[in-house]
Formats: sequence, structure tokens, C-alpha cells
Amino acid sequence: MLEIKCPYCGKRSQNEFAYGGDATVKRPNLGDEVSTKEWDNFVYFRDNPRGKHTEYWHHVAGCRQWFKASRDTATHEIFNTASLEEEL
Amino acid sequence: MSETFRTISENNTLDKSKVINFTFNGDSFQGYEGDTLASALIANGVHLVGRSFKYHRPRGFLGVGVEEPNAMVQLHEGDKSEPNIMATEVEITEGLKAKSQNCWPSVKFDIGEINNVLKRFFPAGFYYKTFMWPKSFWMKVYEPIIRRAAGMGVAPIKPDPDRYEHNYEHCDVLVVGSGPSGLASALAAANNGARVILAEDKAHFGGSLLTDNVTIGNKSGKEWADETISYLKSLPNVIVKNRSQVFGYYDHNMTVMFERVSDHIHNPEKYMPRQRLHYIRAGEVIISTGSIERPLSFGNNDRPGIFLASAANEYMKVYGTLVGKKPIIFTNNDSAYKAAIEFHKNNIKSLIIDTRPSSDGELVKEAQSLGLDIKFNSGIADVKGRLKVTSAIIGKFNSDKESYTSLEEFDCDCICMSGGWTPTVHLSSQAGNKLKFDESLDAFVPNNKRQKETAVGAANGSFTLNQSLAEGFQVGFDLSNSITSNNKNTSVPTSNEPSFQAHDKFWCMPLPQGKNPSRFIDFQNDVAVSDIELAFREGFRSIEHVKRYTTLGMAGDQGKTSNLNGLQHVSNIQKKIVPEVGHTTFRPPYTPVTIGTIVGREVGNHFQPTRKTPTHEWHIENNVVFTNAGLWLRPRYYPRGSETMSDAVNREALNVRKNVGICDVTSLGKIDIKGPDAAELLNRVYTNAWMKLPIGKARYGVMLREDGMVFDDGTTTRLSENHFHMTTTTAQAANVLSHLEFYLQVVWPELKVNVLSTTEQWSGAAIAGPKSRDLMQKLFPKVDFSTENFPFMGLVETEFEGIHAKLYRISFSGELAYEVNVESNHGLFMWNEIMKAGEEFGIQPYGTEALATLRIEMGHVSGPELDGRAVPYDLGLQGMVSQKKDFIGKRSLEKDAFVNPLRQTLVGLVPVDKKTKIPEGAHLVENDKASLPNPKLGHVSSSCWSVEYNNPFSIGVLKDGKNKIGQQLFAVYPLKDISIPVEVVSSHYVDPKGERVRV
Ligand SMILES: [Zn+2]
Repeated sequence: MLEIKCPYCGKRSQNEFAYGGDATVKRPNLGDEVSTKEWDNFVYFRDNPRGKHTEYWHHVAGCRQWFKASRDTATHEIFNTASLEEEL
Repeated sequence: MSETFRTISENNTLDKSKVINFTFNGDSFQGYEGDTLASALIANGVHLVGRSFKYHRPRGFLGVGVEEPNAMVQLHEGDKSEPNIMATEVEITEGLKAKSQNCWPSVKFDIGEINNVLKRFFPAGFYYKTFMWPKSFWMKVYEPIIRRAAGMGVAPIKPDPDRYEHNYEHCDVLVVGSGPSGLASALAAANNGARVILAEDKAHFGGSLLTDNVTIGNKSGKEWADETISYLKSLPNVIVKNRSQVFGYYDHNMTVMFERVSDHIHNPEKYMPRQRLHYIRAGEVIISTGSIERPLSFGNNDRPGIFLASAANEYMKVYGTLVGKKPIIFTNNDSAYKAAIEFHKNNIKSLIIDTRPSSDGELVKEAQSLGLDIKFNSGIADVKGRLKVTSAIIGKFNSDKESYTSLEEFDCDCICMSGGWTPTVHLSSQAGNKLKFDESLDAFVPNNKRQKETAVGAANGSFTLNQSLAEGFQVGFDLSNSITSNNKNTSVPTSNEPSFQAHDKFWCMPLPQGKNPSRFIDFQNDVAVSDIELAFREGFRSIEHVKRYTTLGMAGDQGKTSNLNGLQHVSNIQKKIVPEVGHTTFRPPYTPVTIGTIVGREVGNHFQPTRKTPTHEWHIENNVVFTNAGLWLRPRYYPRGSETMSDAVNREALNVRKNVGICDVTSLGKIDIKGPDAAELLNRVYTNAWMKLPIGKARYGVMLREDGMVFDDGTTTRLSENHFHMTTTTAQAANVLSHLEFYLQVVWPELKVNVLSTTEQWSGAAIAGPKSRDLMQKLFPKVDFSTENFPFMGLVETEFEGIHAKLYRISFSGELAYEVNVESNHGLFMWNEIMKAGEEFGIQPYGTEALATLRIEMGHVSGPELDGRAVPYDLGLQGMVSQKKDFIGKRSLEKDAFVNPLRQTLVGLVPVDKKTKIPEGAHLVENDKASLPNPKLGHVSSSCWSVEYNNPFSIGVLKDGKNKIGQQLFAVYPLKDISIPVEVVSSHYVDPKGERVRV
């Protein structure tokens, strides 16, 4: 079980959090003309790297804030976490 | 009691004033407080405890603790019955009942032993090979025989009556194992201000200090251990636990420990847990788990009476028990001489067989000075005695050690063997440590760590007491210093122990000429030297493959005694060195853990939290049958008298259509949405338009996922310019809140909106039916309920006897309906007042079944239709999709597949005979007799008995559904051989124009 540092609450056990997917994906702006390929990339396609991965986590059983984490997908090491405004 | 096998030398722990009675295989025995089941049986001369897994060979005890591979027993009876328990880990209690397992009809005469005679048919990979035989042969002949013959104990079939608990701990330093290095680490870390947990698997602390003749400072090893433990227990920053096994090492320094809380207590207090699981998140873990002695391989080395030498020594020193009275000590190193010296203190002379040419070690010299017979450069080729060893065939090695010069038979009643020591690296390996092979030790030791763990003492390959203590104190200080920044050093006491000479890297004895007895490596899995050779001949090279093919080092044992011998044998055959062969992966749990402990208190009603509405007790008083809706308990129906479920559901639903009904809708998700951009948020998350919704009006909304699939639906009401009250389905309430938070925090942080769950703040009652307006008027006389002033989708805020009430005119049933929301603590009061006032209108409560009937008849979609595979068009919700604005998931709706007119869309279905209910999940096909695969046109999602038309009615999705209305199809359910002719009708079966809600 991982120990995750919420930028607002500090270190908490993994079972307080929900995983939120790749944090490098940017949603196209509302109202923009979006090609099918671009949209499909946004909705469906994700990299599956072995190693460093930037991802969203949600402190659901805590402060309910979303934040970013940099995690090694192979070793589960979490390099650091940051609020959405901060740089990782 | 017949002959007993107790020491006359001083033992450490038995209390001979306390006699304990127990039975084994129905025979009564006595032991003392402090005995394990193993030590008590051995003291009574019982060595035959079980039969081996595959060949059903007679087996006795090999070890004294967790390393025991053979002596597994079935404990207790009835609902407390427990299989596969190591007799070495059970402390006897008054009246304990134990029996052998894996044997029939008795441990002395086991029919399965024929497997031993037939063992050339049960070689390595037997199961895999058998699977390849004709399937029918396997299923009819082999599988039933193997099921009866193999397996170990018998799982109890009754619920476990015992109580188990979970506990979460945090500490700076966790020390695993209380031998000299563990005690030293804990002492140094604790003195330096760290919060320490010290865990010991056994009942007694001290590890090797309990069995070795050593001194620390001016005390004996045991005295030093006792003093250190009482000192540690007195410190406020230290938790000391015995009978506690740290069995798993997981990510981020999460370790899991299994504590036997009351297994050793005859009559535990009420509510005392039997066992406890501790989740320990440690800043640093010090692994001082010691080492396990290796067996030697020789003919029939698995016979009862053949022990590890360290186990024989511990039985004498800790449990006051003699494993025999005519021992042979067989060793390739000095440590086994400890057992010979201890035997001598009990006036028993050992014959010592040493594979080495000589040794100058102090223990060897002591044995010589005691006049013990030592045969160097010799080995045991084979033993005699089937149910118990009676003699050993001993030979002097030829110069190449591949054969014997001559063989000679010596009588004995036990053999104490030692093939050297294996550091217990399981936890280090579980933690991700890349082990390295230490040539001088002939074993793997921890090397490159991935987590915050440090091995000390024998677990780190440091086998002398001096080294162990020095390492322990140093590591304990360093790690605590890194956490507490304190600099309080604990001085290292001087220590004294006999000097040792190196072991002989020779452990697999040559076979006696012309004979081929089994030489076992893995006792628990019945893997012999010949099995590994066979695996090699059959082409298995990778150690992981050899492991799985032969089952070496698998299962509960995890190769504790067999791992290194197995690896060395594979290396020898492949003419490689051990590090090239590598080692298999050590997996948790290190020792078996009961399922009860893993589950803890999460059983029965404690499996998950139960959410109850404020009117829960009222429902019970009114004969409710509840249903689980997520964590909520919701009323399903309220049977009266002898009503069946369908009677009750039809009555409740009909009463809503005819009079008025009341339904507890508290569990619907409610989200309070506030802020200047609240309307803009709704506009983005719902498919329809929200900017112009007037204050005091509700609107039905549909939410999509980004992939265009319908995610949730519900009504949302504008309470004021910047304040909305959103409702969600019961099932998706939590997910919708997370969804809104994601978009507000991550995607559109510029929106000024706050969202908050208010599900539990409001108690909701739906009042539905043609007489609902009259009832509402009676309850709230000041409110004008005319459609002009309180139209469909309207909101009126009022009060009832001083209680604030929100009245919504919304409907899920399709009838004229209102929803009364009051603060939760007034929910029961309000409900009772509604029931009182409603009596004259014929009010009845209705549950989720009647609610389903009402909404299915109306063609309203719910969970079964919103299954994550439907776009709005499929559900007839295309009218809800705004063309003028963008929203979550809109771009996906343009995808070709989602605009295909042949998509499955919502329809109604009526059985042609107007009688047969259509099962939910049935497939819709054109021809029920068509050859397979019969093209599926759709499926039935929800079914009910239409109270309006008094016949079954279902809704479902159907390919090109709108153009198939009026056609006849078949609803088929091949699993139950059901085929029902059905007519396709509109999903709006009742009140297709939706007039009733607007009257
Ligand atoms: Zn937080």
C-alpha cells in the first residue's frame, strides 16, 4: 500500500485516494474545432510508460482536492506531489 | 504415561508445575505450560505425525519453529477446526485436540503410501504430464483419485466463531526478530529517541541467545536478552510484541504483522481477538530475522527422528525435551556440536559424523575432550527404519567424495543434521532488495536495497555474536539518528562465544553402491535430488521453471529449508555457480496467515458500512423488505398479510396510479452548487441548456462522459441566481461529485463554483399519484398548489410546524407527484405527518420494486439502461442534446458509430401471450430456431408487471428499434432454455404524451 503526500493534508495511506489518470493530457477547449484524430487521442489514447509517470490523484477520503504526482510505474516510488498550480 | 523424553539439564521456559492435557489422534498425552505441540509430542516419544504431500511417506518433525516443513496437523474440531498448522508453532492449552492429516485410514497405516511404491509414476511434473493425457481419462480416473489422496488438511465448513482484529501502527524503526542483533538494534534506536516496534515470532524473546552458551557483558546470553526486553518494555517509545510474525513487506515501507493474541490461552476473555493483523508503516525496517539451518541430503533423510541439529538443541534447551536417547550428529560444520554437548549434559553420548577432514573449532575440541566419538571425512549414505529411524549406514568418503570406501551400520533413535546456515532474506527480497551470493557463506545475502530496510546479524550473513551485536548497535543508532537527529549512543557490551571453523561446502551424500534411496531436498513438497535431475533431463533450465515443474520451494513453506540446497543442486547439474542460476522470488506471506486475520472485523454486517435513512425504523415497523442500493438500505416492498412479493409490488404500484403513494428517496445523491459561475458549470456538464433556467424551477438533465456515453441523470433546481440543488442517481452520487470536482479543479479552474455533497443533509419523500395534490394542500394549506402557481418542475420553499421544507414538483413515477425535503433530523417526523394526513386519501408506502414498475411502464430509463454503452440517441434522449453549446462528451457524439441509424435504441416489449414475464438480460432475436451464432438484435434491460394493462412489460434496446415497432421477435434466454415471442412497442407504454405529471 502506497503512502501518498497530499499537498494539502500531508502523508496519508493510499486507501484515502483515487487514481485519476495521466496528468499530461490536456482537454481541448470547449467550443474549439477539434479533428477526430485529436479528439480520439484525448479520449482514448494513453501512453503506458515503464518508469516515471505524471498523474492525477484525488484525495477522496480527505480534503477532496485533485493534485499531481510523479510516480515510477515499475517501483511505485513517488518522486514528488504538487498542487495543480505548482510545478511538479 | 509411557517413557518420557525430558532433559535433566536446566531448560529455559517450561513450567513443570503446570501440567496440560491434550490429545493427538485420539490418544491422551500430558505436557507442561511452555510446551509446543511439537515439544510435548516428542517428549512423549511421538515422532510420526503425518504423511508427505505426494508420496504419503511417514514424516516426523524436522524443525522447531517456522521452518518446519512436515509436522502439519489439523487442530480443534467443528467450527474451530483448522488445517495445516505447524505443530512447532502451537503452544499447547488444556484439552487441545490435534490430529494428523493427509493420511487414511491412520497415520501408521496409510493406503496412500502406495504412491511411494509407485513413485516412478509420480515424478516431477506429474500433474503437468497427466493433464496432457486424454481429457476423459484425466477427469474420470486421475482427478478423483488425486483429490482424495492429495491435499493437506480439511477446511472447516462452518462459519469461523472467532474474532479477529486489524490495527494500524506507525513507527520510526521496526525491528523484526529479537535475537542478539535485533535486541541490539532496538536498544540503540530506542535509547536514541526513536519510536520502536520490536516483533518476535516466538513466545520467547532472545533468538539464538536462548540456545547458545555465550556471554554478553558479565551475563549469560539469556540473562542479557531478558534484561534488555524488560528495559525495552519499560520505555514509553517502544512496543514489544511476541507471537508476532512480520510476514509481508510491501511498498513504501508498509509491513504486515500477524499476532497470535489468544491462541495460547485456554479460556480467553470474551471479545479478546484470537489473532490480530497489524499494518505497520515504518520509517526504517531493521531485518534481524536470523538464519535457518539447512538439511543434508542422504538416503531416506526424511524419516521420522531425523532433525535439524539446531532444532534438537533448541528442544533440549528451551523446551526441556530430548529428540532421542541414542543420537547421531551429522554435520558439515561446527554448529551441530552444540547439540552433542547438550546431549552430553543429559548423560547421552552422541556419535558424530563430520563430512570435513578435521576442525579446530572450540566446540569440536570440547566434544573431543568429552570423549565423544567423531568420525571425520564420513557421511550417512542411507538410514533404516520406516516409521522411525533405527540405524544409519555410515561410510568413509573416497578422495573424490563421490563414493564410500566401506559402509557400516550404527543403531540410533535420532539423527541431528546440519548442512550449514541460510540467512533468512525473505523480507529483504520482498522489499525489492537485489540479493548477492556470498561465496564464503554459500548463501544469498541482502545487497542493493530499494526500500528503507537494513538487514543485521545472521540475516545479513554476520554469523558471529560479536559481529551481530556490533552491527545491531551501529545500525540501530544510525537509523534512529537519521530520523530523530539525536546523538545518544549506546555502548556495545563485550561478548564471548566459541570460535568456529568454516563449514564444508558438501551437503549431498553419494548414494550407497547399487542402491537408489530418495534423498529429499524439499520435504514439504516431496522434491528429491532425482526430481531436479529429471527436470534437467527434460530440458528445464531457468530456476523459475525448475521451481514450478518440480514444485521446489513453493506454497506455504516458501523454501525455508530447501531453497539453497535446491539451487546448489541445479547449479551442480548445470555446471554453473549459484549466482548464475539465480534465485526464485520470495513472496509474502513468509509464514501462513489465517483468512480470518486477513478479513479482520469486516465480516457479516461489518463487511461494509450500512447507510440508513432517517425513516429506517418506520420502514421496519411497517414490515419492510429492504434492498441494498450501494451502501444504502432502501425499502424494496412492504408485504401485508400473506402477500407475495409480486402481490405487494402490484398493490403498491397500483395505489400510486389510483390514489397516492409515498416513497423514501433520501438516498438520491444531492449536490449543493454555489457560485457566480454555477449556471455555466451546469451548462458544461449537462447536455441541455441551463443559463436561462428561472429561479425556483427544476430541469431534468443528462450528463455524458467524454466518450459520449450517458453517465448520469437527475433534476437540478435553481434556488437563487448563483445557487443550485443537483440530484443524482443513488448509484452515481459519489462519482458525479468527483467528476464535478475534477472539472472545476483541473480543467476549468477559472470557474468560480463550489460543490458540496448534501445527500445526508436532506430527508426526501416522494408523494406520487392523482391524489397527491390534495394531500399536499392539506399538509401545507398556505401554499397555492394550482398548476399556474406551482407548475410541473416548480419549487416552493415553505415551512411545516416551524420546520423548513423544500417542495419540488417532480416525478419519476410519471404521475402527478411532489417531493418533500426537510432537514434529516426532521425526516421521521415529517414522514409520520404525511402518513397521518394521507390516510383519508388512501396513502401507502411503496418501495423500489413498485418504483421500478412505475418508471418502466412510463419508459423512463434508469441504471439498467444507463449501462455505460448508451449515447443519448439510444435512449430516446436526443431531444435533451443542445446543438447550440459545447459540453462534456459532445464531440464524441459526432463519431460515425454514434450516429449510425442501426444502433440499438430503446423500445418496449410485450409478450405475445400477455402472460409470460420476460427475464432481464434475455437476448432479442428474429428467429429463435436459427443456427448458432444466432444474430443478436438487442437485449431486455428492465422488466415489470404493468399494473396499468395487467400484463408483463419490458424495456430494452433493439437494433434499429424505432423501425421495428409492431414487429414480432423472440426474447431468448438459452441458459434456461427460455424463448418468448414478444411484440415490439413504444417504450412509452403508459401516458405516452406525459400528460399526467402536468395536470
Ligand atoms: Zn488532502
